[in-house]
Amino acid sequence: MPSRASSGASSEHGPPRAAPRADAAFYLALVEDDPEELYEHAPCAYLSSLPDGTIVKVNATFLSWTGYDRDAVVGRRRFQELLASGDRIFYETHFAPALRMQGQVREIAVELVTRAGQRLPVLVNSVLELGQDGAPHVVRTVIFDARERRSYEAELVAARRRAEESEARARTLAATLQSSFLPPQAPSIPGLDVAGAYRPSGDGTEVGGDFYDVFETTAETWGIVLGDVCGKGPAAAAMTAVARYTILAAGLRAASPAAVLQTAHEALLQHQRDRFCTAVYMTVQRSSGNAWTATLACAGHERPLRIDADGTVDRIGRFGRILGMVSQHRSTDVSVLLRPGDRVVLYTDGVTEARRDGELFGSDRLIDLLVRMPAASDARQTADAIVDAAVDFQDGRTVDDIAVVVLSVPGAEQLGSAVGASSR
Amino acid sequence: MVFAHGFGCDQHMWRFVAPAFEGAYRVVLFDYVGVGGSDLAAYDVDRYSSLDGYASDVVEVCEALELTDAVFVGHSVSSMIGVLAARRAPERIGALVMVGPSPRYIDDDGYVGGFEPDDIDGLLASLENNYLGWSSQMAPVIMGNPDRPELGAELTESFCRTDPKIQARFARATFLSDNRDDLVQVMAPTLVLQCSDDVIAPEAVGRFVHRQIPQSTFVQLRATGHCPNLSAPQETIDAIEGFLGSL
Repeated sequence: MPSRASSGASSEHGPPRAAPRADAAFYLALVEDDPEELYEHAPCAYLSSLPDGTIVKVNATFLSWTGYDRDAVVGRRRFQELLASGDRIFYETHFAPALRMQGQVREIAVELVTRAGQRLPVLVNSVLELGQDGAPHVVRTVIFDARERRSYEAELVAARRRAEESEARARTLAATLQSSFLPPQAPSIPGLDVAGAYRPSGDGTEVGGDFYDVFETTAETWGIVLGDVCGKGPAAAAMTAVARYTILAAGLRAASPAAVLQTAHEALLQHQRDRFCTAVYMTVQRSSGNAWTATLACAGHERPLRIDADGTVDRIGRFGRILGMVSQHRSTDVSVLLRPGDRVVLYTDGVTEARRDGELFGSDRLIDLLVRMPAASDARQTADAIVDAAVDFQDGRTVDDIAVVVLSVPGAEQLGSAVGASSR
Repeated sequence: MVFAHGFGCDQHMWRFVAPAFEGAYRVVLFDYVGVGGSDLAAYDVDRYSSLDGYASDVVEVCEALELTDAVFVGHSVSSMIGVLAARRAPERIGALVMVGPSPRYIDDDGYVGGFEPDDIDGLLASLENNYLGWSSQMAPVIMGNPDRPELGAELTESFCRTDPKIQARFARATFLSDNRDDLVQVMAPTLVLQCSDDVIAPEAVGRFVHRQIPQSTFVQLRATGHCPNLSAPQETIDAIEGFLGSL
């Protein structure tokens, strides 16, 4: 029984039984269509031409679309002469060479100029048939009315242009926002040589979280901050703005770098708690003679490097906790003496965590670079050399932004020029 | 003998012509930076915004190969690029062959170049309109699809490689150039090959080039269109050989 049931179901729901077989001529007769009819009145235009473009045969569809009489085009016009002028240049420089070399071209978008002078957007496919001698013999072309498609494509082209403009605006916006995280003018401290350098990540369309600033806090004392909010994009940018301007405002009021970082920490906690910030804040003031005193506190940030005139490198400051996440912040002020010839380097992890094939640039490469640099290198050269080395290490494809600030205490012989340079 | 391609294609434009000279000459084929198999990393927007940048490519190729007294064969816009290159490095280029030259494409007071500024805008639009179809057509080739025997293997390096922005910039550098005043300074013997019914470089333009260049020979080809190097290679070869034999 199951087998009968199954066969019964198949005859009820299966495909209908095939009609008696008939040959193609039967169907052709049914619709009174024939190849010649199909050629002449196909829903596309057909055109055959000599290799130089001279039209030798067209179908009725072509004539009805373009409005030409058969006698006006066959043997008298070249296909390219029926194109709009810009398209004729395209024909000569692209279409004809490609057809000759590839034997075919497809989906070429051009405009036919009709007898009435109107433009008909079309898509063109052509094949080049070679003769028995291997030389070009005839070009067969099929032309599709593409008014709808071309207007859609025009929209696509316009959309692409808008996307490009939008990207340019995003880039400008990012650059403008980013520049607000950096000092408006090149930093300067009278009597000290100071330089900052910044390099955005990637193609510069995204705002990074690195920032630095150099500002006068009280008479004869300058504050230097360099920091890094984790992550990129608008949310990181908003937090970077809070950190940067809180440290500036607090630095103008408080003498202790640790106290300034504490204020920044509290401000960031008010802002949000799911993102953190690392920073170094340092004040400098002239000590005795040409020496300077630097007092600094670090919050979750790598401690600055100091290179003396002999090329000896050490780290200054003491580790402190990051800003903006855990409720307790703790950092400590440390004072150091900067002698003539000393350089101090503050940098973000865009330098040391630059990656190549999974390998980090690291502190050792940075220290090695500083040791190898001429002792007479000024702050600008030092900052640029660090950024260049980190960028080159990644073959120019930076995945994180990079900020560097370098302070250099001029030696006795350099002092005059440094003062002159800084007072500009 | 240095063969230089024009706007739109690359060195493969010479595939039916250059081999004929390999017996008697050291034949040099190259792609300008930005097209064909060139190194796109070397592309510089400023440099290639005028024909001078392309002329620099020619001079650099000649220097790299230590060529002296070379025959420079330039198709289309490369005719004028050859003029600029020969002026900068006269010791490198001893003779010029111009195939379909035009020193200025746009009509000017009393001068017929054959085009109006609108036509050039039309070309730029045409390039843009064909960006979609052209690039998608070529995409499988770029990906290394071997199932397209009708495409000569070498062409996979060719038409597909032109960045639309680069192409548009080359189009502007070409069709907005004006090198009419440079022609009288051409010192090298020059062959002007003029096609029949060439919309890009009409006969009056070729004759103007011939009149301006002191030591020039004018040859009218039966070949029609703008690319006799593809459509009538033997006639092109014969004309060049005749000219070289007369030097």
